[in-house]
Amino acid sequence: MKRTILFSGVPVMLLLAVSALVLQPTRATAGENSSTEVRVDNFTFGPETLTVAVNSTVTWVNKDDIPHVIASNDGLFKSKALDTDQSFSYTFTKPGTYPYYCSIHPKMVGKIVVQ
Amino acid sequence: MEKSRIIAPNVNGLIEHDHNNDGIDRRGFLKCMAWAGTGAICAIQGGVLKSYALGSQMGSKMKSHKAGELTFVQISDSHMGFNKPANPDVIGTLKAAVEKINALPHQPEFILHTGDISHLSNPAEFDNVDQILKATNKEIFFVPGEHDVLNDDGKMFLERYGKNSKGSGWYSFDKNGVHFIGLVNVMNLKAGGLGTLGHDQLEWLEDDVRHLKSSTPIVVFAHIPLWTIYPQWGWGTDDSAQALSYLKRFASVTVLNGHIHQTMQKVEGNVTFHTAFSTAFVQPAPGKADGPGPMKVPAEQLRSLLGITDVNYVQGRHALAVVDSTLA
Repeated sequence: MKRTILFSGVPVMLLLAVSALVLQPTRATAGENSSTEVRVDNFTFGPETLTVAVNSTVTWVNKDDIPHVIASNDGLFKSKALDTDQSFSYTFTKPGTYPYYCSIHPKMVGKIVVQ
Repeated sequence: MEKSRIIAPNVNGLIEHDHNNDGIDRRGFLKCMAWAGTGAICAIQGGVLKSYALGSQMGSKMKSHKAGELTFVQISDSHMGFNKPANPDVIGTLKAAVEKINALPHQPEFILHTGDISHLSNPAEFDNVDQILKATNKEIFFVPGEHDVLNDDGKMFLERYGKNSKGSGWYSFDKNGVHFIGLVNVMNLKAGGLGTLGHDQLEWLEDDVRHLKSSTPIVVFAHIPLWTIYPQWGWGTDDSAQALSYLKRFASVTVLNGHIHQTMQKVEGNVTFHTAFSTAFVQPAPGKADGPGPMKVPAEQLRSLLGITDVNYVQGRHALAVVDSTLA
């Protein structure tokens, strides 16, 4: 059957390895999709470093009473001002480390590690 | 050292000290710090800032001074559009600030707004503020806060408030022998850094003051403090020392900032630094909370923590008097 063919051999190993990478850093936060969510709360990014798999979409949600702007240090992505409970998403298609900050509160810094 | 330390606000009573041995009451200075909120009054007297409250003692104190040759008001951090529990009625408190200004015994010649006019840089928010401030019948000079330049690199701010400015909105002007300099330190902020003036603006500043006599009183106003108050919360400006180095030779420099929504003052040599109340909401004292976000205070206390600043300059005296008064 197709299923058995698909899940046998090397491809299965790869799949497991990739999903392990995706899931590993996300355990700290609850919820199925929280693996790719960054909470902006009390002028900090949580988690400050988030590790995701290639092609993951990361979503930042602002939980502060003050707007924040999510901007990558190298200009790759920049959100509009996010008011309370507003969010911004970006899909990372290449492996690498992506430092970012809040462009109006630049003491707020974080990074996304894409593997 | 006493001269450079930050003194904690004390809301009760008039505090007067003489920082410069020039007969200016030092306790008056500290009074500036005593209110956190809506505005402040500053008088420039021969070069040093003087502060006293507009409350009971204040009013009479003000009158006993010779009416200043130049009086102006600073307001800050209106955050029009903010509607969270820390103040669900920023329109009401801005109107209260206007009433306060209109009731001042010596009417100010003009008003400085040190930024965060709006909360989200929306046109309607700017419109609202313009409409409310119109009731002062005064000329108003603005510099942007980070909330005013959110989505368009400050384009809308410049169109509305920066017609005669340079770069991202800096400019200078002269009134009654006092040289005023409006600076912008909320643009092009770098990851991990504080407020920034940037190379172009610094160069302009150096040139702008070059022709002035050292006896010219200088007033610098900008949104983020030009002295380092609490870098962990971004309360400072990375290249402010460079800017201040151009002002060293002047006998009297008064620096007026907003951003931190509380009054604070520091005197360092010829420079007096002062931060104003917000008209919108309160922020915690440095390090006294997990973060610098809006602080909810009991409703009946809010207006005693918001305010305006009145500044008065008397020629021949050495100091500008800076007076903070609350909206209560």
